[in-house]
Amino acid sequence: MTRLPQPFIVRLDAAFRSGPPVVTCEIAAGDGADPDDVIRRARLVRDHVDAVNVPDNTAGVVHMAAWAASILLAREGVDPIMHLTCRDRNRMALQSDLLGAAALGVRNILCLTGDHMVHGDHPGAKPVFDLDSLQLLGLADVLRHGRYLSGREIKPAPDLFPGATENPFAPPYDFRPLRLQKKVEAGARFIQTQITFNVERFAAFMARVRDLGLDQRVPILAGVAPLRSARAARYMRERVPGMEVPEDIVRRMEQAGSERTRREEEGIRICVETIERLREIRGLAGFHLMPIHWEEAVSEISARARLMPARASLAAVPAIVRDDAADALHNRPREHRA
Amino acid sequence: MSISVPAPVRGFFLRHPGLSRALEIVILPFETAGKKLAFGCKMCGQCILHETGMTCPMGCPKTLRNGPCGGVRMNGHCEVVPEMMCVWVKAERRSRWLPWRGAILKIQPGLDWSLSGRSAWINVLSGHHESEAP
Repeated sequence: MTRLPQPFIVRLDAAFRSGPPVVTCEIAAGDGADPDDVIRRARLVRDHVDAVNVPDNTAGVVHMAAWAASILLAREGVDPIMHLTCRDRNRMALQSDLLGAAALGVRNILCLTGDHMVHGDHPGAKPVFDLDSLQLLGLADVLRHGRYLSGREIKPAPDLFPGATENPFAPPYDFRPLRLQKKVEAGARFIQTQITFNVERFAAFMARVRDLGLDQRVPILAGVAPLRSARAARYMRERVPGMEVPEDIVRRMEQAGSERTRREEEGIRICVETIERLREIRGLAGFHLMPIHWEEAVSEISARARLMPARASLAAVPAIVRDDAADALHNRPREHRA
Repeated sequence: MSISVPAPVRGFFLRHPGLSRALEIVILPFETAGKKLAFGCKMCGQCILHETGMTCPMGCPKTLRNGPCGGVRMNGHCEVVPEMMCVWVKAERRSRWLPWRGAILKIQPGLDWSLSGRSAWINVLSGHHESEAP
């Protein structure tokens, strides 16, 4: 089997097996067909994270295909996590996209239901939703074990590392940990959560997750994001369904005023404080940064919160040695801990 | 809990497709009217009402059959239809009253769209409702 040349240093699953907290980051998908835009964003974050998420038409707004952006990232030496949503594809398209991604060396797939198109730029488009995120996880698992959904054999079986999301901040709160359990049972190998502002609610969610023993079965990354202004905080609270921004955070952003450096500084400070508080919660494998069109903030947050992803600790090592280092990480299984 | 029909019954209906079709023609109008009225049925043909707290999951704009999406509003309403209570918030609440409350944790396979519009009752009797999809 021919493999494309891949400059990957540490792949996501290897990072999960290594000691330090794993850090992933979501970048804005390419708007238009300009590869330089994606590459610029990738370069801003690549030395601070283990893997980079590429969204799939987030919020129902059309962007460059996630697999294409994933390839651009891979060329930059970043292990991509490709988002795959059920909004725009039926089960046949999902299977062919999963195989295509695997053929190109994109193996980390975040399986999502997808934001509904009513809030996007094509509200009149036909919603597909042939499968839901859980069924998509099951589908990825079937493919990974060498079968199509039809039962036909795939040789060799595609190398996939499917992940899932969970939102601890949306009702029904009691059901969220159980839904996470369902996702793990369906085949999720890693979990990234919605952005955390309400740490208490996240702690309660994690307590239940630990009771169910899920933190022992899959690495869980807590979502965090820096706010850029009080307006952004209010927008998230009021307009983004499933997002919880507590009043005191909005107030802190308001008190920072309208001057850009001050409000951005406050946003980063809140984000770093959130990371520090999340560190006290047992059962987390790391953090997932969602800088929402503000990739420049990632290096600052990473430095201040002393995030040392497995990959960053190898950045100074010459390229030839890196493969060995990656192997060393591979062969040194350790409990994942934040 | 899942509905289990004795194998001989299933076999009988599978062996006599003409008979099940005739029975369906008779039953379908009543089934459709009754379920539409009581549950807002969308006639997917693979009823899982009893496993989702007697709440039809096909009322969800994303037709989610395995639980709520991440976009449920703080007040428990749907992100797509703000005036509607999330189907899964209702399903979760109602399922607690059922003796088989654990059924909501079952992973539901993808829908077989070729059964949509057909009688779920006949599909249960002939074993069609349990598809092989993930």
